[in-house]
Amino acid sequence: MEEMCFQWWVFLFCLSFLFAPQALSTLDSITLMYPFFYRPMFEVIEDGWHSFLPEQEFELYSSATSEWRLSYVNKEFAVCPSYPPIVTVPKSIDDEALRKVATFRHGGRFPVLSYYHKKNGMVIMRSGQPLTGTNGRRCKEDEKLINATLRAGKRGYIIDTRSLNVAQQARAKGGGFEQEAHYPQWRRIHKSIERYHILQESLIKLVEACNDQTHNMDRWLSKLEASNWLTHIKEILTAACLAAQCIDREGASILIHGTEGTDSTLQVTSLAQIILEPRSRTIRGFEALVEREWLQAGHPFQQRCAQSAYCNTKQKWEAPVFLLFLDCVWQILRQFPCSFEFNENFLIMLFEHAYASQFGTFLGNNESESRCKLKLQQKTMSLWSWVNQPGELSKFTNPLFEANNLVIWPSVAPQSLPLWEGIFLRWNRSSKYLDEAYEEMVNIIEYNKELQAKVNILRRQLAELETEDGMQESP
Amino acid sequence: MEHIRTPKVENVRLVDRVSPKKAALGTLYLTATHVIFVENSPDTRKETWILHSQISTIEKQATTATGCPLLIRCKNFQIIQLIIPQERDCHDVYISLIRLARPVKYEELYCFSFNPMLDKEEREQGWVLIDLSEEYKRMGLPNHYWQLSDVNRDYRVCDSYPTELYVPKSATAHIIVGSSKFRSRRRFPVLSYYCKDNHASICRSSQPLSGFSARCLEDEQMLQAIRKANPGSDFVYVVDTRPKLNAMANRAAGKGYENEDNYSNIKFQFIGIENIHVMRNSLQKMLEVCELKSPSMSDFLWGLENSGWLRHIKAIMDAGIFIAKAVSEEGASVLVHCSDGWDRTAQVCSVASLLLDPHYRTLKGFMVLIEKDWISFGHKFNHRYGNLDGDPKEISPVIDQFIECVWQLMEQFPCAFEFNERFLIHIQHHIYSCQFGNFLCNSQKERRELKIQERTYSLWAHLWKNRADYLNPLFRADHSQTQGTFHLPTAPCNFMYKFWSGMYNRFEKGMQPRQSVTDYLMAVKEETQQLEEELEALEERLEKIQKVQLNCTKVKSKQSEPSKHSGFSTSDNSIANTPQDYSGNMKSFPSRSPSQGDEDSALILTQDNLKSSDPDLSANSDQESGVEDLSCRSPSGGEHAPSEDSGKDRDSDEAVFLTA
Repeated sequence: MEEMCFQWWVFLFCLSFLFAPQALSTLDSITLMYPFFYRPMFEVIEDGWHSFLPEQEFELYSSATSEWRLSYVNKEFAVCPSYPPIVTVPKSIDDEALRKVATFRHGGRFPVLSYYHKKNGMVIMRSGQPLTGTNGRRCKEDEKLINATLRAGKRGYIIDTRSLNVAQQARAKGGGFEQEAHYPQWRRIHKSIERYHILQESLIKLVEACNDQTHNMDRWLSKLEASNWLTHIKEILTAACLAAQCIDREGASILIHGTEGTDSTLQVTSLAQIILEPRSRTIRGFEALVEREWLQAGHPFQQRCAQSAYCNTKQKWEAPVFLLFLDCVWQILRQFPCSFEFNENFLIMLFEHAYASQFGTFLGNNESESRCKLKLQQKTMSLWSWVNQPGELSKFTNPLFEANNLVIWPSVAPQSLPLWEGIFLRWNRSSKYLDEAYEEMVNIIEYNKELQAKVNILRRQLAELETEDGMQESP
Repeated sequence: MEHIRTPKVENVRLVDRVSPKKAALGTLYLTATHVIFVENSPDTRKETWILHSQISTIEKQATTATGCPLLIRCKNFQIIQLIIPQERDCHDVYISLIRLARPVKYEELYCFSFNPMLDKEEREQGWVLIDLSEEYKRMGLPNHYWQLSDVNRDYRVCDSYPTELYVPKSATAHIIVGSSKFRSRRRFPVLSYYCKDNHASICRSSQPLSGFSARCLEDEQMLQAIRKANPGSDFVYVVDTRPKLNAMANRAAGKGYENEDNYSNIKFQFIGIENIHVMRNSLQKMLEVCELKSPSMSDFLWGLENSGWLRHIKAIMDAGIFIAKAVSEEGASVLVHCSDGWDRTAQVCSVASLLLDPHYRTLKGFMVLIEKDWISFGHKFNHRYGNLDGDPKEISPVIDQFIECVWQLMEQFPCAFEFNERFLIHIQHHIYSCQFGNFLCNSQKERRELKIQERTYSLWAHLWKNRADYLNPLFRADHSQTQGTFHLPTAPCNFMYKFWSGMYNRFEKGMQPRQSVTDYLMAVKEETQQLEEELEALEERLEKIQKVQLNCTKVKSKQSEPSKHSGFSTSDNSIANTPQDYSGNMKSFPSRSPSQGDEDSALILTQDNLKSSDPDLSANSDQESGVEDLSCRSPSGGEHAPSEDSGKDRDSDEAVFLTA
């Protein structure tokens, strides 16, 4: 039964993804979409909607620090419509101050905790851009909030994911960046990551290059180059490495934002955690990361992941922001093939479900939409409920995984960043031989485990018999 | 020795390529065979060894306040930047190395002084490890259609061919000699590969001296004889691997290509592989890209495309695929030639053979393939790889391209090859190292005259002895991928060919994946083998004890004698009864973890380093990475996480992010 369901889903997926009749793939009303009609054919062991609650995540580091607290200031989504109801903020800042800071930040996205580095107590915060405007507005509460995260005598870094030029231009539209005069304990670094519509163009060009059937080596390389996809990968990874380096090597806390704080910001904060935090390289931890840094953090999936590369009309909000993130994770996975609990299939699965899914997880643009308006938790099934079944998990588990409790530093040299063939060439080349190789790898490891188990049993049996022997002989 | 102006320079700095601000202080030694840099740092005393024969170019750069920089580029793609405090010392080192890197006599090469402490018998055994007459026997030769010809005894017909050659039975000495006179450098058509299953063959030669209208009856008869040796097909493919324009230009010089009108039943085909000069420049351009300091993605991709390197790789692969298909699918024989028939012809014949015959995808088979299509048929190793000082225009990465083709195939067929990437890299290294005699000289004749086998050692024996390092864990002789001809898609796609950073950036360790799946799986397999042995021993012991006990019970209760099987059934019961203990026991299982094994091998490798017979170890960081890589690959020891690994690379990457 499940098999049938799956095929039906694949069919829908193909419809929307490949042939894309406009009406089908961009349903105006989300509530007419497949997840609302999907009835699971499996028994839900653990409801994924409750798998990653902010309170539980908070507990993970509340034992190590008492400088942070959970705030319910956004309970009604009134302070920031794209934030979840519960956020983590410095303990010394009260809700009233948060409300004030929200008015000073784009979309009300006041600085919140994204990651706490247990090793040295440094943190990653994220927010929207400050609304300084052309006349250099400032906000005392904002300055106080940010400084509250620094320990005495420490300095921090603000990583702006726009170039200085772009950030300066943003002032004309009421946005801007932190003036160093007003934030003397902070050093600002600009790391340019492209805005979403440029990323979309890049994806379209890349997919076109991959589908080019002329067998000309030079054209392939120049088209790949012209798509700029790998340039974006390199930029994003470099920014994430820099963030991780500030935390782990410089021992400095960081605040990351771009313009809205819903796209490039999240790419950087989540990748930095992959580098820094061993837990986020486990299946469960990665799910928590996606939930925390993408879904609850208000990445507008509905807008960004409507049609992927094959849309005829220009979709204003369409952009492969999440796909780029997954690609970057794949790049790190490729460089550290034994340090991740999940495999490439897990990332591909997440990509597919972000674009078309029978589950409600990636519907809506933020928590306020998905929770209040769409009531996804009541009306649809969570992706995690399905993924976290033992039978499904086995497909996504990396047989080479061996817990690695260290920070992993990927190389960002162009030579180290190849095209993700598993995604972009999967329909253009046979993966038969690669699949066989994967199977062989699993066999080698499974057989080893089997033997270990057998040997253990025999050893114990032998030990038992020998003591029995002794007992028999002694009387 | 007389060329060494200064044997030792102190306070030299070795610049880190990735983060140029960092440099290791140490002492530079010049010996008769190596440049050696020893770090001062007392806890590491890290050594970097470079063979003189690996040195490709030496560049003295403008003196700065810190000293005089010397840039050494190696043929195995290592780049060493030294800063020598005194201008005078730098100049002495520079002048010495210029001379040392350009030996004029074979006797100056390392293989004549290299002594791996083997006795005469072992050395001789090493040389017979790869035996081409065995290989022809394996192909099913001689047979009804093909015979061993002695026409080239004492190299009387062609001095760049071997003495043992297989030709069609119907080709008389008269035909052969006649044909040889009509071919460049008298390289007449001979057999390279024979397909037992359908009698189709791959033959090789040089271009015919056809000019605009010349013809040669014996040459035409020779091709006729090749066709007749394959009863399954009524035509022969003649594949000219040059671009048509080049072949036409050759006609003006009295050379050229076969006229289809003169030869009965041939199908003539051009496959445009560029000449050695184009290939040399292409590699040069690609290496310039690899050498860029923190290039952008566009710089890199644009430079890679501009070098044309992957386009050339694809052209060679396409030619190989064409021939393999002709042989396996059409059952037709193929005659391959280019101009002289020792560069492109060697590439294409060996790629086609590799595609056709799984034997060549094994360790030994691959050595045989290089021995046959490259060494025996007179590929000019000395000229192409610049072992002795010579015409720089003769140098070209011909076999490098073949080795890369193999790697590209390994990427597409991960289970099909018995050997791994390291095997290819080490072969490439030794083609240039001149540490073993295999690749010396330009022909078999020259090698015999030099008495190479009596005076030097064979690389094949060295590789075979260390074969455990070169195995592909995914290879299984009974796997479908290892059987028969590769079935490549009819129109191979361009994106199949990728930049090989494991070769061209192999000394930039930070750019390579930090954990090697191959090494991890090899460690698992090694442990598996130990477990299998232990399992057997345990079963034996258990059986013995049970027998004793059963004898006891028999005496006591006088029950009927139970069979061995009942003994096993009790063990099955105990499995079912104690699931919890089972996992608990797993942890305490004190097997010899592969990590221990690996440390041992790391030690062995270090000893090797002294002899410098292992190419990786002549590199600066390799000795360490040998240990560090292995520490992260123990499948059972969670504590053996790659601490060293990350710790080491951290700093280098730091620089990358900051400069980026």
